[in-house]
Amino acid sequence: MTASLVIFFVLATVTVLAAISLIVQRHPIHGALSLIVVMVALAGLYLLMGAEFVAAVQIIVYGGAIMVLFVFVIMLLNDGEEERTNFSKLATFAGIPLAVAVAGLIGAAVVHSSSSLPAATANATLTSTKTISLLIFTEFVYPFELTSFLILVAILGAIVLAQREDN
Amino acid sequence: MVPTNYYIILSAILFGLGILAFIFKRNIITIFMAIELMLNAVNLAFVAFSRALGKPDGEVFVLFVIVVAAAEAAVGLGIIILTARNRRSLNVERVDLLKL
Repeated sequence: MTASLVIFFVLATVTVLAAISLIVQRHPIHGALSLIVVMVALAGLYLLMGAEFVAAVQIIVYGGAIMVLFVFVIMLLNDGEEERTNFSKLATFAGIPLAVAVAGLIGAAVVHSSSSLPAATANATLTSTKTISLLIFTEFVYPFELTSFLILVAILGAIVLAQREDN
Repeated sequence: MVPTNYYIILSAILFGLGILAFIFKRNIITIFMAIELMLNAVNLAFVAFSRALGKPDGEVFVLFVIVVAAAEAAVGLGIIILTARNRRSLNVERVDLLKL
């Protein structure tokens, strides 16, 4: 067992445990902290694959900006523990089979096609930040401009939604 | 050398856990976080395939997914704050305005 495999299994265990913790925790702030652990561990996995730019963006944007937004809203609303209600029968009878079926289907498809894919390894020449930025500003320049428009619309939407009605 | 399969299987497990959280949680903020968990699972698959196939396109897609997730979080949390202000509750079972 090589060192990278050991690192992978440690990070994968942390990720899965934190994701299970997101389901088990009753208070939303504990769920948010679990999700932050998931995102930081995923950034470690990206670093293991050698995708350092994606790892940095994952920590700065996901672990930083988006999760701070979540924690801030949880703090503002101050809701407390999730209350138990008699939830629908559909969730019990369809939920677990659906989740197991999706994960199992993907897993089975991956196991069946195991020999055709090469290993995901760190390859410094493959995706340096320069390569990614060149791709963004040449081949993907049109979708890139569209995302800037999307963010503008999202800002406008957030402002309109957050406005008080009474003035 | 970590095989690509391991990454994809981990991504599938995370996506399944995201579905479970989405279906079983009652708090609207936790449900929103479950969606973010599923987006993260998809990102992991994108990066793993990008490394395995030797093409950086997948990592560019990950950046786009992160941008969309940020926009979605801004608008979605605005809607959540509005709902909480009107309903005085974050439980999704109390938000039944469209229910017959």
